[in-house]
Amino acid sequence: MTVMTTAPDKRDNAPILSVRDLKVHFPIPGKGLFAKDRPLKAVDGVDFDLYPGETLGVVGESGCGKSTLGRAILQLIAPSGGQVAWLGKNIVGIPHRDMQPLRRDLQIIFQDPLASLNPRMTIGEIIAEPLVTHKPELGKDEIKTRVKRMMARVGLLPQMINRYPHEFSGGQCQRIGIARAMILEPKLIVCDEPVSALDVSIQAQIVNLLQELQREFDLSLIFISHDLSIVRHICHRIMVLYLGNVMELADRDSIYANPKHPYTKALISAVPIPDPEIERNKERIVLTGDLPSPLSPPSGCVFRTRCPFAQEKCATDVPTIDRVSETQEVACHFHNSI
Amino acid sequence: MMNKSEKTALLQSASAAKEIEGRSLWRDARIRLFRNKAAVGSMIILGIITLLAIIAPLLSPYAYDQIDWGYIQEGPNWENGHIFGTDGNGRDLFIRVLYGARVSLAVGLLATAVSLIIGVTYGAIAGYFGGKIDSIMMRFVDVLYSLPFMFFVIMLMVVFGRNIFLIFVALGAVEWLTMARIVRGQTLSLRRREFIEAAHATGVSNFKIIFRHVIPNVLGPVIVYMTLTIPQVILTESFLSFLGLGVQEPLTSWGVLISEGAKVIEASTWMLIYPAVFLALTLFCFNFIGDGLRDALDPKDR
Repeated sequence: MTVMTTAPDKRDNAPILSVRDLKVHFPIPGKGLFAKDRPLKAVDGVDFDLYPGETLGVVGESGCGKSTLGRAILQLIAPSGGQVAWLGKNIVGIPHRDMQPLRRDLQIIFQDPLASLNPRMTIGEIIAEPLVTHKPELGKDEIKTRVKRMMARVGLLPQMINRYPHEFSGGQCQRIGIARAMILEPKLIVCDEPVSALDVSIQAQIVNLLQELQREFDLSLIFISHDLSIVRHICHRIMVLYLGNVMELADRDSIYANPKHPYTKALISAVPIPDPEIERNKERIVLTGDLPSPLSPPSGCVFRTRCPFAQEKCATDVPTIDRVSETQEVACHFHNSI
Repeated sequence: MMNKSEKTALLQSASAAKEIEGRSLWRDARIRLFRNKAAVGSMIILGIITLLAIIAPLLSPYAYDQIDWGYIQEGPNWENGHIFGTDGNGRDLFIRVLYGARVSLAVGLLATAVSLIIGVTYGAIAGYFGGKIDSIMMRFVDVLYSLPFMFFVIMLMVVFGRNIFLIFVALGAVEWLTMARIVRGQTLSLRRREFIEAAHATGVSNFKIIFRHVIPNVLGPVIVYMTLTIPQVILTESFLSFLGLGVQEPLTSWGVLISEGAKVIEASTWMLIYPAVFLALTLFCFNFIGDGLRDALDPKDR
């Protein structure tokens, strides 16, 4: 891994994507014949803005709604409430016909590189599919040329065009996935844990490739991950999710240097430091217990059942999102005192 | 690590090379299938039977409905050309067995093709859309399942009269139900796979997702089931003919021939043995090919 990225100068620009109070509730059939469905609140009121050329990291433990959030933004899962404004226009609940042309700017990269490629298609066909769908006016030869150019760009040998996904390694498959997402030169890519299934040396290559592509095409990325060191490397801003709620949203530097929310503190204190002296002596906040069921989330602050600083107020009042500095927002009643 | 210009130079020199032909999963499966001796032997035997059925009129001096008054219900005899003997009406059994093969194989293939087209499309649509559409479509299948098959066939015969075309329709109309269930089940497990989601995210239409992404991936179990449906259909047709609901005289099928032979099993065994051997051989072959295909398409399941 080479240089740390610097945040683009985003305050001058309008956000490319703004999400307001986004909710995704899945109905879970109640027990008994006539019982009512109960909502499972996978994502429960998330707000954020994303600026052109920016990478937003979404972190949180398993089951906190990271992937659901990513899919809800792309309208792959219909949100149950709230707004997703793409270039200033709300796209929640708009008809299929109107969503179709927007899809060329919104793409996704998946966690399992092999599962995201159709095993019966050649990689040439896989990478060409978005082109064939959105730009059918291009001839066969033009499509093939573009596919080859994109393959070379993501580090695949263009003469592999007729091969099948099972003939490639995990890292190569992820490059194919990136090529498919990039072929239409989209404006936003949701990366759903794109490197979790790869080994560490390959992780670095894929992350660096994403960064190169971001600079080249002025891409915005939503980078979903639970690996805090990778998030630190690639993201400009970081959003911490817990049980479908935003705990903290801040600049990379603020959040790593000065986490405000107890949950963020615990997460960051768990990242190993490659120096045995510091690692041995550092103070670690260990969380006890498991993530509560999103079917019956705790009252008030959802994190209170595992928070070492929880007080009575936490059980009664839902914390509002406080802006602690220009670049940092936190949802905790006592972020000043702890 | 190489620097970027070196990398691109390397890529360009490499891209001047010829495109490498990939090895598709279908090709892998074909190679595995051709390594299976039982399946290959079965394909050869089936090929021979099919060829004989096609060129049947050239192989015998007799026509299938021609009565040879000199040899009524005579045993096999190489000298007069009745190599399988003759039946109770003095017709040459060899040519009749081959004409029976035409009918039985045609019924098997056509009814299976009908069931394949309807079943795969229906099952893929039900499984892919899921929810209410799936429930309604599959309840309709359940209703059809609960109709007694014999009753259905007899009704068709009564209304439309005996007709070989009706047998295709009746068999196809019954066989597609199971095919639809199999395809639906497979589609349900595919529907949430990430490559389908990727196609969604790209904005590929549902119709194209079904035909480009879903169906090619459910084809493995479908092909296996198909090879097992063909013998089942042939058997059912034989059963219908045995009951007298099948093809009409003087045309014949293996079922009809076996039925006639069974009546005179003590007096003239050959009338039962020859059609029965052909039928059993064909069923064996289809089953072996089905087994071979299953192993070839799903090497992990062995």
